[in-house]
Amino acid sequence: MDQYFNQLNKFLFSLLTKDEILNNSMWGENSQFIRINNSKIRQTGIVKDLSYSMQLIANKKQVSYSSTITGILDTDQSTLKSILNKLRLDITQVPEDPFIVYPQTTNCSEEKHKGELIPFEDSIKMLMPVMQGTDLTGLWASGLIYTGVANSLGQTHWFETETFSLDYSLITKNQKMVKDCFAGTHWNQKEYENYITSSKKKLNLMEKDAIKIDPGKYKTYIAPAGVSDIIDMFSWGGMSEASLQQKDSALLKMRNENVKLSPCFTLEEDFSSGMVPRFNSQGEIAPENLPLIMKGTLKNTLVSTRTEKEYGIKTNYASEGESLRSPRVGLGNLQEDQILKTINNGVYLSNLHYLNWSDRLGGRITGMTRYACFYVENGDIVAPIENMRFDDTIYNIFGDELNSVTSFEQLIPDVGTYDGRNFGGNYCPGILLNNFSLTL
Amino acid sequence: MLILTSASIKKIYGKIMNLKKALENINIQADWIGLREVKESTTYRIIRDLNPESNNTVLDHGIMVEVLVNGQFGYFATNNMSYDAINQAAKNAYTQALNASKYSLYPFTKSVRPKSVGKYQSPYQKKNIPLDELMETLINSNKVLRGSKKIVSAISMARIVDMEMNFISTNGSEFSQNFMYVGPGFRAIAQDGNIVQSRSYTDQCMQAGMEVFEQERVLSKCETICKDAVELLSADECPTEKMDLVLHSDQMLLQIHESIGHALEVDRILGDERNYAGWSFVNLEDFGKLKYGSDIMNITFDPTIPEEFASYGFDDSGLKATKEFIIKDGVLLRGLGGLESQERSNIDGVANFRACSWNRAPIDRMANLNLEPGDSSFDEIISSVEKGIYMQTNRSWSIDDFRNKFQFGCEYAQLIENGQITKTVKNPNYRAVSTPFWNSLKMVGNQDTFDVYGTPYCGKGEPNQGVRVGHASPTCLFNNIEIFGGA
Repeated sequence: MDQYFNQLNKFLFSLLTKDEILNNSMWGENSQFIRINNSKIRQTGIVKDLSYSMQLIANKKQVSYSSTITGILDTDQSTLKSILNKLRLDITQVPEDPFIVYPQTTNCSEEKHKGELIPFEDSIKMLMPVMQGTDLTGLWASGLIYTGVANSLGQTHWFETETFSLDYSLITKNQKMVKDCFAGTHWNQKEYENYITSSKKKLNLMEKDAIKIDPGKYKTYIAPAGVSDIIDMFSWGGMSEASLQQKDSALLKMRNENVKLSPCFTLEEDFSSGMVPRFNSQGEIAPENLPLIMKGTLKNTLVSTRTEKEYGIKTNYASEGESLRSPRVGLGNLQEDQILKTINNGVYLSNLHYLNWSDRLGGRITGMTRYACFYVENGDIVAPIENMRFDDTIYNIFGDELNSVTSFEQLIPDVGTYDGRNFGGNYCPGILLNNFSLTL
Repeated sequence: MLILTSASIKKIYGKIMNLKKALENINIQADWIGLREVKESTTYRIIRDLNPESNNTVLDHGIMVEVLVNGQFGYFATNNMSYDAINQAAKNAYTQALNASKYSLYPFTKSVRPKSVGKYQSPYQKKNIPLDELMETLINSNKVLRGSKKIVSAISMARIVDMEMNFISTNGSEFSQNFMYVGPGFRAIAQDGNIVQSRSYTDQCMQAGMEVFEQERVLSKCETICKDAVELLSADECPTEKMDLVLHSDQMLLQIHESIGHALEVDRILGDERNYAGWSFVNLEDFGKLKYGSDIMNITFDPTIPEEFASYGFDDSGLKATKEFIIKDGVLLRGLGGLESQERSNIDGVANFRACSWNRAPIDRMANLNLEPGDSSFDEIISSVEKGIYMQTNRSWSIDDFRNKFQFGCEYAQLIENGQITKTVKNPNYRAVSTPFWNSLKMVGNQDTFDVYGTPYCGKGEPNQGVRVGHASPTCLFNNIEIFGGA
């Protein structure tokens, strides 16, 4: 589709006057979705989607418009020409924007990650047999996703990848669950079947009756998937420089009061895995590695060029929303086989659920435990626990109460599909906390 | 003009799809075929700190071809609306359904896609206002929001959505629905040293026209936001103790949504959402029996309040939408399940089988879910409280995957002592468990305290879908709730 993108760009750029600049992007997917409940198929289908966005800049003003397009050249050229004309009318009626980010002329790129996916018509017969006999509920998503950015000054970027994921829960008769995700780019049937078999074994641990624990502070291990959920909160009023400047960030204490987190905690943006595009919607390329919090100290925030223009802080070519795109949490020394022994008496949390800032400026997060979470006594798992609410601050979780970080990490793939299938994921280790507040 | 009207969409896209012809052109032998075309334009106009932050429109347009084969539905959603592409989409949907029918969760018939014919149109007074007039209102509102030196950031937003949906099927359905949604949003952040507080007005989303942006009304709202945000800077921290809780209807929005709406979605009860949004503490055998709340709790599914955000004529299966009591006198009667869920569960339901757009299959959504007004005036509620707190405007929300243990926070609260509102407190939160909480409902406000709210951001489903929901409620009093303050 990159050639198609180029054809549309060439057509639109030829329509511009000398005072106009266009910054365009295109996104599309060709995806299969199979929704599974109790190892049966609830819903299934294919989504073919394609949208094209135009940002028109002229006379110190900007307006933008994004539209679904058809993939038929004549039709799309006609549609986009109409949109350009509408933008030209609109732009006369909006105020000047002092913080316009003008496109660059350099740094073109192209990345195409070809996968080996199951043909859509074969997915069901390859996925379903191995899960029979157990209660598996989840979503299969597979196919091509792509995006590109180009501007009328000559810059072009393209990124496409073929991926699959089966994101699922295995569920016992007494409503206890284990969560797993089999994801990748190259399908291997044997590997898939082994993965499901291994999940089924984990489910055996959940067969014991759950015990109810009292609210209070517990020595707590949070596995990589749970850590990933907490790291996602840094993209919502966290690492964004604009949020800090507008006094709406949970990291204000780190900026204003020089509060530090634990020396065991390091967070960076790391694009070396190549799972997500390094370019943003302005066509700017982020550094391959950007240290954010190093050994507990705030080193960098995510700064977009618009924020640079508004607040005078040098850009690191963050996305427009200044969210994390490819986060990686630094490793520690806690070995996998030492986790239960080091907890000794406390709780082991494999996943968290429905996180929200309960006091953003205080850095406090609330949420729930979910899936395979256990009470641990004398270094052994006693039984699963009933779900508990937690309410604690990042200054405790990654600061005063952080005991250790595991020596291993997991890639937690981003299986979100709100506006289409997402790219990438988070690399996270597990963390052990001396105290974690369970409140309800 | 300010927004993309259906006419201007047509101008951009050329001629509108002839669905009837497209259906006739499909050449497959399915038990049922339906075409659902959705065109939706969303425009954001945002001013932050007196400068334009966004002037952006997103136009989303496509068609879902859905087929029924061997009791299994399959779909192909496409951005290409040529007749040949739609025919090919139907063939692909057929293959999906046929292959999946070997592992069907439930063997459906076309009875879950009833024949429906008709039209729905959102109410509005002004379809358009000139763009420069809207920009002037937003800039002036931003000036009012920044009416104190302690305001460090202020945002003014207009979100305008024009949506057209057309449905046609082989069993004779042919209906269209035209919606106009507006969502004004205003927020001010105030700072004094290390104390930062904010106040906002974002959830009065409704079906209406551009009359919502009438300048005098907007400026008056922004004045209050600014004043409240500054007031919170010098307010005491919310105390930590059990006391009576009075919730304004703008927080009841969230309370109803999370601890009633999602819990009663029948597809959750049937387990479809267990890998994502979660399950429910409610079981199928609870319908007709469970004492969900106190005797004064009456919850309705009501798509008939014209301005409410999720009012409509038909759901996406074609079922006509009608008002139904979900909970009456505190007893759970009916589930929030569309025809597919009703058939799977044998539980009475409602017309709530909805998709967020053309590229997602419909699932059970709560749409408009309201608490019916009672007979207590606001003054009667406050004067009945010996020790309590009155909270307004949600700022934090979280609930477990079975919809039991919740914790919600608000922007603004006032203590109530000996029947009178005494002082403002900051960072108010409360936590409880769903049915004990609703059984502690002690007083329900009358029609004077009743207001209509909504949000465009209800997330659920695999693949994920964000839909609009509406919640209308009076002010309510709950007895002896766990209250606490900030970090």
